[in-house]
Amino acid sequence: MDAKDILLGLPKPTTTPTPHGHQLLPLPADKKSRPPKESQRKPDGISREVYALTGGLAPLMPSVDVNHLKRRAQSENEKITWQWLPFTSSARKDNLQLYHWVRVVNGVPPSGDYSFAKYNKSVDVIKYTDDEYEKHLTDPMWTKEETDELFDLCERFDLRFIVIADRFPTSRTVEELKSRYYSVCRAILIARAPAPGDIAGHPLVKDAYNISQDVERKRALSMVLSQTKQQERRDAEVLAEAKRISEARKAAKGTDELEVPAMTDTVPDDNDGAAAAVDSLSPSPNAQFTSGAIAPPVSEIASTLASLRMMRVYLRTHALEQMVQAASSSAGLRTIKRVEQTLQDLGVNLKPKVPTKAVCAEHLELRKEILTLLNLQKQLQYKEAEGSSYRDGLYAETPGTPPKRVQRAVEQDRTFVPDSFSFGGERMGKRDQKRKAPGRLLEGPPSPAQSKRPRKFKASDG
Amino acid sequence: MPQNLQGECQPDGTNESTPKIQRIKITRPSEDSEKKIAVKRVKDVEVSVPIVYGTIAFWLGRKASETLSHKWTVYVRGATNEDLGVVIKRAVFQLHPSFNNPVRVVESPPFEISECGWGEFEIAISLFFHNDVCDKQLDLYHHLKLYSEEDSGPQSTKKPVVVETYNEIVFPEPPADFLARVQNHPAVVVPRLPATLSLPPAPVQEVHESGRGDTKDHTLSPWFVNFSEADELLKLAAARQQFLHDRCKLTL
Repeated sequence: MDAKDILLGLPKPTTTPTPHGHQLLPLPADKKSRPPKESQRKPDGISREVYALTGGLAPLMPSVDVNHLKRRAQSENEKITWQWLPFTSSARKDNLQLYHWVRVVNGVPPSGDYSFAKYNKSVDVIKYTDDEYEKHLTDPMWTKEETDELFDLCERFDLRFIVIADRFPTSRTVEELKSRYYSVCRAILIARAPAPGDIAGHPLVKDAYNISQDVERKRALSMVLSQTKQQERRDAEVLAEAKRISEARKAAKGTDELEVPAMTDTVPDDNDGAAAAVDSLSPSPNAQFTSGAIAPPVSEIASTLASLRMMRVYLRTHALEQMVQAASSSAGLRTIKRVEQTLQDLGVNLKPKVPTKAVCAEHLELRKEILTLLNLQKQLQYKEAEGSSYRDGLYAETPGTPPKRVQRAVEQDRTFVPDSFSFGGERMGKRDQKRKAPGRLLEGPPSPAQSKRPRKFKASDG
Repeated sequence: MPQNLQGECQPDGTNESTPKIQRIKITRPSEDSEKKIAVKRVKDVEVSVPIVYGTIAFWLGRKASETLSHKWTVYVRGATNEDLGVVIKRAVFQLHPSFNNPVRVVESPPFEISECGWGEFEIAISLFFHNDVCDKQLDLYHHLKLYSEEDSGPQSTKKPVVVETYNEIVFPEPPADFLARVQNHPAVVVPRLPATLSLPPAPVQEVHESGRGDTKDHTLSPWFVNFSEADELLKLAAARQQFLHDRCKLTL
């Protein structure tokens, strides 16, 4: 007796379950009124309970046309019963009788073999006579008993060699068993064949089992599969490098082709050789910035020297060009231009007029010194910029890390200093001055950072 | 069949700590697929041959015509005018295609070609060395200049346009035979040989039938430029000092 009901004009709902079971009446709490004839109609094709699962409302679009549903063929004219009947299977050697449900049509049970019997396949394992064994199959490594046992197991286990290896009385590897089995089969085949030509096409005769190759293949496979992701990446990198190098070499030498180490399945072995070749010819890609300023040119220079030595004859100017290129390999175009500008300002020819060995060496050294100093300048500016930005804002937030980074870089800077100053001979003054600059940056930081600084700093600390 | 000289093979790149090991390496030249003879080379001894190559061009003056205005000579000479014939077997000068027989081969020193013409072009010079020196050729390029760069006053038949380039031919690992032959020759710069090094006996020197191969008294020798290494060295050393001095001050 709800006001809503009266207003909506619904028939009086019963909220209490009646003794007859509950009625399919909508509850009054619903927002919308349901069509009143809903409870009287039962939709066709699906039972009432299932229909109720949908919430009592028919879907807007019929998802499945009722007429499309399968209709049991001849469900009217036949009488179908299900019976619990015994059966036998041709796949079984014993006469075991089992029972199962059978669909009986008009009192007639189905005929025919057990439907799964056809899946009972097995391998035809060759059977040899003792005579044949004596004649063709004797082997120093295998006794007759062992061979017989092997064949028996093969028959039982359908050539599942892993299982056979497990069951084999003496310990033999899977590959050994396979090898013995296949060689026996092959020998028998050849012995029994009326003419050799008949079986020449047989796969066992054409490609005999090669035990060493199989062992090697499995070893290589397991190595490849057990490689870590990092190793995989490194291998891919090395292969790419080797490919690039071999292509570059081919382009350089024209018809004189060098052989790239053959990439076989045994990838790890070949990678050692390729890696060695790669390392000697190209700089390591993992160099950091500050040490990177030195490392690539050094290896470039070394490789240039090596390649020059490989040439039987060359011009001094050519050698100088190569060395200059190698030394400036890490520098950008602008830096190189600045080096050249500096040389000109000093009154030095960009290409020496009298390129003797000594002159070229001096020239190269001068270029390297200019390059080094330009790099240093750049780094110093960079660090100072960093330092000032840290001092201003970010400093307060992460006091630990920034000063450490600055100081580590500055320490590396210091390694450059002795080299360039030894020539000028004005050592101490400059070194102290250089220290002061970074020292200023590190004034504020908390003690953990400071304690990590080497005691060399003592002079400017106090 | 390659000759195997036993007991003297040394792998590359090893540090010599025991002085009695001879530093002679046996290599098989990989490019020579035809002659598989092992060449005995001397490691760590760099032989260089200072050369000067270039052109000298004279204006023909009254005798000049449209097509033949200059007489010029292209040459390769020793930097100190010594005989290059000890090292160079022949020189091939590749002239402009408009010349008759533009490929000029000179089989004996002095290695030079004289011609008349009107145009400037690039000359390719290929140097071929004696068999015991090197089987690879060396290529040089030089641009022939007929007209001088300075304010072109009237050209003079007396004053030629000279363009010379100094360079050095470097043999990083010279064959032992070659080294033995030239170790005392003025045209070749040989560093101090290590005391342990023993070279094969030098073959008898051939005397050039056509006279001397050096260019000391060459007709054009008055025009030869004197390339002094000392000047450049001094300048470089001074530059290095000055550079560091200035730059360091500026940096700090």
